[in-house]
Amino acid sequence: MGFFDRLKAGLQRTQSKLVHEIKRIVTRSPKITASSLEELEAALIAADLGMQVTQRIVAAVGKAYESQGRGGADILEIASREVAADLTLGSLGLKKCEQGPTVVSIVGVNGTGKTTTAAKLGRHVVARGDTAMLAACDTFRAAAIEQLKLWGERLDLPVVSGAYGADPSSVAHDAVRSAVAREMSYLFIDTAGRLHTKQNLMQELQKLHRVIGKQLPGAPHETLLILDATTGMNAMNQAREFNKAAPLTGLVITKLDGTSKGGMVIAIQKELGVPVKFIGLGEQPDDLQPFVPKEFAEALFADPEAKAV
Amino acid sequence: MFDSLSGKLQSVFKNLRGLGKISESNVSDSLREVRLALLDADVNFKVARDFIERVKEQAIGQKVIQSIQPGQQIIKIINDELVGLLGSTNSALDLSADPSCLMLVGLHGSGKTTSSGKLARLLHKEGRSPLLVACDVYRPAAMDQLLTLGKQLGLPVFARKGETDVLRIAREAMDEARATGRNTLIFDTAGRLQIDEELVQELVRLRDLVKPREILLVLDAATGQEAVNVATHFDQALQVTGSILTRLDGDARGGAALSLKTVTGKPIKFVGVGEKLEDFEPFHPERMASRILGMGDVVSLVERAAEAVDMDDAKRMEEKMRKGQFTLEDFLDQLRQMKKLGSLESIVGMLPGGADMLKQADLSKGEKEFKRMEGMICAMTLQERRHPQILNAKRRIRIAKGSGVGVAELNSLLKRFGQMQQMMKKMGKFQKMMSKMGGGGAAAAGMLRGGR
Repeated sequence: MGFFDRLKAGLQRTQSKLVHEIKRIVTRSPKITASSLEELEAALIAADLGMQVTQRIVAAVGKAYESQGRGGADILEIASREVAADLTLGSLGLKKCEQGPTVVSIVGVNGTGKTTTAAKLGRHVVARGDTAMLAACDTFRAAAIEQLKLWGERLDLPVVSGAYGADPSSVAHDAVRSAVAREMSYLFIDTAGRLHTKQNLMQELQKLHRVIGKQLPGAPHETLLILDATTGMNAMNQAREFNKAAPLTGLVITKLDGTSKGGMVIAIQKELGVPVKFIGLGEQPDDLQPFVPKEFAEALFADPEAKAV
Repeated sequence: MFDSLSGKLQSVFKNLRGLGKISESNVSDSLREVRLALLDADVNFKVARDFIERVKEQAIGQKVIQSIQPGQQIIKIINDELVGLLGSTNSALDLSADPSCLMLVGLHGSGKTTSSGKLARLLHKEGRSPLLVACDVYRPAAMDQLLTLGKQLGLPVFARKGETDVLRIAREAMDEARATGRNTLIFDTAGRLQIDEELVQELVRLRDLVKPREILLVLDAATGQEAVNVATHFDQALQVTGSILTRLDGDARGGAALSLKTVTGKPIKFVGVGEKLEDFEPFHPERMASRILGMGDVVSLVERAAEAVDMDDAKRMEEKMRKGQFTLEDFLDQLRQMKKLGSLESIVGMLPGGADMLKQADLSKGEKEFKRMEGMICAMTLQERRHPQILNAKRRIRIAKGSGVGVAELNSLLKRFGQMQQMMKKMGKFQKMMSKMGGGGAAAAGMLRGGR
């Protein structure tokens, strides 16, 4: 199954619901009125697009109607155009250093899927011919280390770990050394989940980054924030605070295989200018896919009848 | 960070003072703001719409009490309605069966395993003998996680590593409980999507086997619009009896709570408020309501303060303040205590109307200022800190040099400290109240304001 199909399958429920909603709004009311705009707004909000983006799209639709008159496809087109415009920025895919390992730090709040994503990323780079190592720097949560080790066994990737309660920075330090010594092309650091409001934990993360930066200048080369697609407006706060503590180079949206939309990334990209690099579409190791902005926007808004799936 | 709803409503109603009654037209404007606030807090848009309709009916025709602002009046109506909706009388767990079975269900990463551990701890404290049952046969090391939690709690965990049949695990666990005299079984199930029919059926079979009195849906407080779908599906398939809202220690507004409650009609029984096993509380509808409305959370602030501040210290400090014996030494203590509370931004954000203040003032600047003050005081001798009046020009130059600031900055610190001392003497009653909340906040905030 190609990327587009997978993404489409994943977003199918969202898409059909959203398209249905919008169509219903358009066909039922002959003229654009305050109430039909409000309904459009509601449909977009239901996709977790956030107030700002929603209001902009609604405004754009209203404006276009004033100048062009009414037409069924317009709403979708305008909405899709607006979203795509926000999503096309920054470098996509993982960076790769010419020399030495590329260190990728994986951060996020609790329960978003960091450990799983770390493992999947490892598989992703191995599949394209690179070597990868995992570092179990979540020394806090019960069995987090075992979880990553099990993934390591399954995917045949080396895992560097320490003891529970150990300073995660020291584990990261050892991991970087080991990755350099074993000439790995990638090192994925699985950090502990932390709420962005906990200052001490954010400082712990900063320290971890400082330590690996000293060990290997330029590291971490990538800092990926893992966002759960079911998260609502709070995703914005999470991204903001993590970006403040440890400048992000990319986002990964996980759990997009449900009916959740992950619409918040649009607002996040707009404000922080951090691109989405991958999306997680399931529990299997292969279910991590590179993010393609245009397709994401299209898949979110595409009319399922016009483009047979 | 949060848009203050009260602030917005205040401006909507600015021109309405003097009106006798709230009319439909002026209510509509304000309710749009309320609706936006609810959506911003992740309340499902349909739930928000219905909610607004209900409030509207109530609000129209109510008399505007002259002494308070109409905006406040609307907020009060909304707040009461929210509390009423969120609250519930039957939030206690039904543990009447022997053995009593509890099932925790939910999406991936919502916090089921941790909540299981927290719940076991709570029940154990209440005199029950819980047995944790690891039914997550999918996620790598999920059983290890529960086993570790059990070890930390000193409570037994039933796990069969490598076993993939949940029902067999459950049957064996029931036997085990009977054999070892455990009267409460907590089943920690695997995370699953509500639309994954196969996995949801597995839960149904588990339910039919163990006949739990309580099926608790575990939901992350930061869940977005999706909360409604999740709650509907799980409730339809399993008839949940209540829910646990996790990660309320973050800054998510938790509108999901309202969606959840409206859809299932089942009470929210517990909330998770931290990573530690004791961070687990009964649900408070009042706090949740103000949180959803973004109206500050003074209760949490007081609790945080109580954690960071030694009560005896606070009392001693209060005494000193009242008598005007507050010295630079004490001030330094307070600055340091403030730091323990977290960043200024997070503290102010919890105050009612604090969100507005945050927009206007750059508090990171204030934070830097605090650091400089600390530095200056640290450069003084003990005697100087206790008796700032002995600070002559020579001493001041020394201190300024020692702490790397200009003499002018030191002078302004001392001047403001003097003013603060004066103020403290005057405001005995006021700071009595504030010092109960942790003294440091009052004094240091006063200091900061003086500087602007």
